[in-house]
Amino acid sequence: MARVIVVTSGKGGVGKTTTSASFAAGLAQKGFKVAVIDFDVGLRNLDLIMGCERRVVYDFVNVVQGEASIKQALIKDKRVDNLFILAASQTRDKDALTQEGVGKVIEDLRADGFDYVICDSPAGIEKGAQLALFYADEAVVVTNPEVSSVRDSDRILGILQAKSKRAIEGDDPIVEHLVLTRYNPNRVQAGEMLAMEDVVELLNIKLLGVVPESEDVLQASNSGLPVILTEGVSASEAYKDIVDRFLGEDKPQRFLSVEHKSLFKKWFGK
Amino acid sequence: MALLDYLLGQRRKSSANKAKDRLQILLAHERSHAKAPDYLPKMREEILAVIAKYVEIEEDNLKISLDEENGFEILELNLVLPEGKG
Repeated sequence: MARVIVVTSGKGGVGKTTTSASFAAGLAQKGFKVAVIDFDVGLRNLDLIMGCERRVVYDFVNVVQGEASIKQALIKDKRVDNLFILAASQTRDKDALTQEGVGKVIEDLRADGFDYVICDSPAGIEKGAQLALFYADEAVVVTNPEVSSVRDSDRILGILQAKSKRAIEGDDPIVEHLVLTRYNPNRVQAGEMLAMEDVVELLNIKLLGVVPESEDVLQASNSGLPVILTEGVSASEAYKDIVDRFLGEDKPQRFLSVEHKSLFKKWFGK
Repeated sequence: MALLDYLLGQRRKSSANKAKDRLQILLAHERSHAKAPDYLPKMREEILAVIAKYVEIEEDNLKISLDEENGFEILELNLVLPEGKG
């Protein structure tokens, strides 16, 4: 039975698509069959971050409107087995998606034997974002340690608890996870940035993991590679931990304190 | 200088603490608003219209809130009548 996971935040530019791409790739690397769907109709980005922008033939809207089958529209990732991408439409507007249409696509993916369906939400709290979260079983709330991002995440949590299918039908509530991105332990220590503990206390949800601010995220997106697939960098390690914790492994949190470079690294390392 | 900065920093509240304090107040306020049912503003307007038929009141003097206490939902209406009239 496929689990539907929405990656959401309210605010734009906090790392939803980066997180969707890496989380989906990480789950697929563990052997699960994963589909990741871009819900940002009109402003698609996931295809770029995943490096498959030139292979998009049919998109999400084509499938919802019956112009293509789900099998025709899913793009198989070339690096990770069992990973499939469903791109958003670049030309239609957001009204091209309907609740029934989205429900049908998710049903089709279930029937196809997918283990996880990752819904990459657009920014905002309007229709597109509400459609992305409607069928969710779990939610990954991506937040930056910054006032407007925390406020918007709180709004999205309220919507998850009131307007999702599970909330409306009175089922068990959506399982909520916090992913704190762009974290800078140096600035936290200097009192210039909200600490992880503060954000967790304010939003009152379970922390899945912290992703440190890192140049590698931009470098990975430049080359169309989910950052989790870049070996040996902190952001990749952080996302691998997040996937492990999501799957139930008990891993201590990392990337919370200032790293003291050894003298050797200072002189000879980067 | 570092020592001076450190001492000054101790006296001034860090900006991260300010952020946390502001968010604590804001989120509590917004959560209570988000929970309020959609009909509340409209109902408030209609009640005001009825009262205005009989007494002259300022719009701000009618406060409506919905709270939950011990499993009961309490709708509270608070109206301040103008002084010296009636």
